[in-house]
Amino acid sequence: MNRIQTAFEQKQNLLNIYFTAGYPALADTLPVARALVAAGADMLEIGMPFSDPIADGPVIQHSSTLALANGMNLKTLFGQLGALRTALPDTPVLLMGYLNPVLQFGVENFCREAAAAGVDGVILPDLPVAEYEEEYADTFRRHGLRPVFLITPQTSEARIRHLDSISEAFLYLVSGPGTTGGAGPADTTVQDDYFRRIEAMDLKTPRLIGFGIADKASYQRACVHADGAIIGSALIQALEGASDAPAAAAAFVASIKN
Amino acid sequence: MTPAAITSYRTPTARGYYGEFGGAFVPEMLFPNVEELRTQYEEILASKSFRTEYEQLLRDYVGRPTPLFEAKRLSEKYNTRIFLKREDLCHTGAHKINNTVGQILLAKRLGKTRIIAETGAGQHGVATATVCALMGMPCVVYMGAVDIERQASNVARMRLLGAEVRTAVSGSQTLKDATNEAIRDWLANPIDTHYIIGSVVGPHPYPDLVARLQSVISEEMRKQLLEKTGSELPDYVVACVGGGSNAAGAFYHFLDEPSVQLVAVEAAGHGIYSGHSAATSVLGTPGIIHGSRTLLMQDADGQITEPYSISAGLDYPGIGPLHAWLGTTGRARFIAITDDEALAGVRECARLEGIISALETAHAIAALGQLGAGPNDVVVVNLSGRGDKDLDTYMKNLDKLI
Repeated sequence: MNRIQTAFEQKQNLLNIYFTAGYPALADTLPVARALVAAGADMLEIGMPFSDPIADGPVIQHSSTLALANGMNLKTLFGQLGALRTALPDTPVLLMGYLNPVLQFGVENFCREAAAAGVDGVILPDLPVAEYEEEYADTFRRHGLRPVFLITPQTSEARIRHLDSISEAFLYLVSGPGTTGGAGPADTTVQDDYFRRIEAMDLKTPRLIGFGIADKASYQRACVHADGAIIGSALIQALEGASDAPAAAAAFVASIKN
Repeated sequence: MTPAAITSYRTPTARGYYGEFGGAFVPEMLFPNVEELRTQYEEILASKSFRTEYEQLLRDYVGRPTPLFEAKRLSEKYNTRIFLKREDLCHTGAHKINNTVGQILLAKRLGKTRIIAETGAGQHGVATATVCALMGMPCVVYMGAVDIERQASNVARMRLLGAEVRTAVSGSQTLKDATNEAIRDWLANPIDTHYIIGSVVGPHPYPDLVARLQSVISEEMRKQLLEKTGSELPDYVVACVGGGSNAAGAFYHFLDEPSVQLVAVEAAGHGIYSGHSAATSVLGTPGIIHGSRTLLMQDADGQITEPYSISAGLDYPGIGPLHAWLGTTGRARFIAITDDEALAGVRECARLEGIISALETAHAIAALGQLGAGPNDVVVVNLSGRGDKDLDTYMKNLDKLI
C-alpha cells in the first residue's frame, strides 16, 4: 500500500493542489507545500518548471518561467525535497513536468532521487504510454514511483481500459479541451456526459478531475463525478504578488475546502 | 538502429523513428488527433482522388514544375556546374506551398473545418492562408511578436488573404513560441481543427508527411537533371535547414543514392559559439521538442534555449528528426553560415544571377565555397524562396549588400 492508495481509501473528495517548485521565490517550495497541507490539501502535485510547457496555459507557463529565472532545476528541487517526508509524513506527493528535463537528468537518476525524497508518483503528460511501458516502466516500478495517465473526452474506451489496467495511482481526467487554467464550460451538459460515461465504466483506478477547476463550486461539481479534483492555475494566481506565499496558499485552500 | 540496418533513409519506422530520432511525444489531449493522422495519411496520400487533385493544383495553382536553372555566373565563380531549383517561383514565393496544398486536401478528407498554423518568416503562414482562402476554410496563424515585426509584409499578406494572425508573446517570441501556441490551440480544438505544420518537425507522422509532400522538389530535379546533364543524379544537393522542409524535399529522392552528397546549411548567426546561433547540428543534443525526439539546443537541465539568426525562418532550436538522423549517420553533411556570410550570399545571387533570394536560401548559396566541388561536378542548390519578404532587413543592411 502506498500513500496515494491509502489516501483514496481513507478520504473522499480529495483535493490535489498543483504548484510550481521555486515559485514565487526559490525557497518557497517546501513552505508552500506545508501550508497547503496544513490548510487541508490532501495531495500535492509539485511542478518541475520547463521552458516550453505545451499542455499548460499562460498562468503556469509564467510561473515556470519565473521559477527557472529563480534558479530552480531538478537538482535544487531534490535538495529542497530532502526534508519533505519529515515535514509531511503522510501526504501523497507527485512531481509533474515534461519529459525533456527528466531525460537530461537521466531517468534512473530522476527516479532514484525522487524516491529518496519520498515522492510517490509522477505526471509527465508528454511521455507516450507505449514509450513508458517499453522503456521506463521497470525503472519507475523499481523505485516505487507511480505514473499518472491522462484521459480526455476524446480518449477511446479501449485506451481508457488499458490505462486503467496499467495504472497504480489515479487517472487524471482532463475536464475538456484546452490547456491548464482555462475557464470551465458555460454549458456543463457535455462535460457531465463525459464524466458520467467514465463513471459508468466502473474502472478499478480512482479518478481526479483537473483543468478548469478553480474554485469551491467547480471543485464540488468535480467531486460529484470523481474521487476529487486537481487545482493548479487558480492557486498560482493566488500566489502571484503575495507578500506571504505560504499564507496566501493556505487562504486559497481554505476558500475551497471550507 | 545502426546505419548498417538502414534499408532506406526515406522511411521512418511504424512509430515514426528515424534511428533514435522521431516518435510522437504528445500529451494525451493530442493523442487522438495524431493517431487519426497516423492511421490515415498514407492511404489518403496514395489515393487516386488525392493524387489527381494535388497534382493539378501543383501544376495550375502553384506553378510546377519549377525551373531548374543553370547558374552560369555562379558556376564560373565557384568553378563547378551549379543549378538553382527555382522554388522561389512558386506561388506565394517559396516551397512552403507544396506542403500546404497537400495538407489542406488531407484536412478536407479528414473532415476538418478549421486550419491552424505556426510561422517564423511568414512564408508558411502565407502559404497556409493562401490555401485556406482557396478552399474557403477559416485560418489562424500563430507568429512570434518579434517575427511579426521583422516580417511585416508577410503579416499583411496573411491578413489580406483572410487569415487571423495571432501573436505569440511567450519566450523568445519567435518560431518556437508560435509553435507552442499553435499546439495549445490544437489542444483546445481537437475535433474540427487540422494543424498544418510547416516543416519536417513535430510528432509522427508530420515529419514523414511533410517530407513526402515536399519530395516533389527532388522528383522534378531528377527529371530535369537528366534532360540537362544526361544523368538524374547530381554530385551535390545543397539546402538550408531551419526545421528542414525544403532540405527534406530537395534530398528526398536522393536519400538512397549514396553517390549524391547531401549538404544541409544551418544558420550560425553571429558565429556558431557566439551564444547567438541556430546551428543545431553542432550545438544540439538529443532531446524532445514539439513532440519528437531530435537534436535540439538546450541547457544542461533540459530547458530549451533560444536560438538566434538574422533569418526568421532558420532560428528554430531543433531540426527535423530525419535531418538529425542524416547528420548523425553521416549521410548528410552540415555546414553553418553566419548572418554576414548569408548577406554576402544574398548579394552574390542578386549580382551574379539577377535573383534576390530569401535570407534563408542565401545561407545555402553562401555555403557554395565550402563544398569542395570540382569543375566536373554538378551542384544543385534548392532556391527555397524569394527575398521580397526580407526587403526590410536588406534595407537595414544595405552597406553589406551594395
